[in-house]
Amino acid sequence: MNLELTDEQTLIIAMVRRFVREEILPLEINIDPDADSLEPEDQARLIGITKSMGLYGLDIPPEYGGPDIDLITRTLIAVEMAQHRAGLYAPCYGAFGGAGLAQLFEATDAQKEAYLYPTLRGEKRGFFGLSEPSGGSDPARAIQTKAVRVGDDWIINGAKLWISGADRADFGLVFARTSQDKGRNGVTCFIVDTDTPGFHVRRIVHTLRSAHYATELQFEDMVVPHSNILGEVNKGFAIANDRLTRQRIPYAAGCIGVAIKAQEMALDYVPQRETFGAPLASRQAIQWMLVDNDIDIKQSLWITLEAASKASQGLPYRKEAAMAKLVATEAGGRVVDRCMQMFGGLGVAKDLPFERWYREMRIRRIGEGPSEVQRHVIARELLGASLR
Amino acid sequence: MRHKPWQDIKTALPNIHGHLGVFEIGDREGESLYIGYAGGNSAFGLRGEIQKAFSRMPRACQIRIEITASYLSRYRELLMLHKAYHGELPPENPNIPLGRLSPIL
Repeated sequence: MNLELTDEQTLIIAMVRRFVREEILPLEINIDPDADSLEPEDQARLIGITKSMGLYGLDIPPEYGGPDIDLITRTLIAVEMAQHRAGLYAPCYGAFGGAGLAQLFEATDAQKEAYLYPTLRGEKRGFFGLSEPSGGSDPARAIQTKAVRVGDDWIINGAKLWISGADRADFGLVFARTSQDKGRNGVTCFIVDTDTPGFHVRRIVHTLRSAHYATELQFEDMVVPHSNILGEVNKGFAIANDRLTRQRIPYAAGCIGVAIKAQEMALDYVPQRETFGAPLASRQAIQWMLVDNDIDIKQSLWITLEAASKASQGLPYRKEAAMAKLVATEAGGRVVDRCMQMFGGLGVAKDLPFERWYREMRIRRIGEGPSEVQRHVIARELLGASLR
Repeated sequence: MRHKPWQDIKTALPNIHGHLGVFEIGDREGESLYIGYAGGNSAFGLRGEIQKAFSRMPRACQIRIEITASYLSRYRELLMLHKAYHGELPPENPNIPLGRLSPIL
């Protein structure tokens, strides 16, 4: 892997960095410290800028109108995009657009017309419905939502938990068990319209993130046409698994971005702040925290870029993606924690972003597969068949 | 929140401090007029926000509050619940984009 950035990468990174500093950071001065959205006019203006930069819809494949930027560069951009208060979960407040649910790129033509294209045009929103009250870390076995075929339709009953955005979505990908005794080979992915009778958003689940919430869903005799199956019957787990693996790289990148910003703020602060007649920067305890931060950031970045490099070459990258997710989320937590310590009382006040990052970074060790599951994935890759 | 008893606003206000949280303002009959929150940028937290809201609502006379650090998500949840129960937002709340909840009644 070449560790040097190309001229084009350097240019793009500088452009995104300037965008974050000149457009995003000033807006955050006036909005609630926990906000994850902007006023619509600000949002529209920022999208106009990212479109003029040629960077809107970064994750959309070029054949669907995306800007055709390779995964390594997209990972570097994701690191930059996260370097502000809301950056971990709302990087640049969505100004760079999204690809919606990437699984829909594999949908049938009719499904693309009904769901993918409207999503890319910003007319529809989707949600990803995998986790259930019975568990999220082992979806293949934990899925108890059942779909039973009746003629040309399927009838779905069950519940989902920790689902983001379902209350505002027009449709969602819902994973349901279609064969009872086949484990992961008995799960099917359905595209479900949220106005289907029997679809209920039962409650909101509050978490450490103040602006964002998860939802609990209930399906009661929800009828979904057979034509709304994404992929094939009993092959849904591969769709879910692919998404989980792919998502780990940008998930790691966001943590690295926040860690970089936290470290940058600490490096600005410690030479100025004096205790007992000398700047904090002169204290060995502080220096070592900064050194440990730097090591944490570099380790995470290289491991994440290695995963992106393998993925972009079409090589197996499950182990590397799991490592990136594991290392970056844990390192990000340590870096933010040390920076809070260096800032003292200010570090825990809402005046600065550390307390928000601290709360949100804690979720990152659980979301998208907890650290223990990432270690399990890595162990399975290392030990292979001998583990079974 | 809807299961909490209303309190007279003037009696309650001296005991409301600068916390983060959500609040609901009602009229004499206990009809909800407004749901609001005190966030990280609110001057004097709940007390400041309630005073501000109270001063622009002549019918306001009752209050209920909830202290919470999850003020933004709880605020949205209360609005969604109000809409689910009553079919519309409280009269003094601006129309903002919200999700749909169908709680078990």
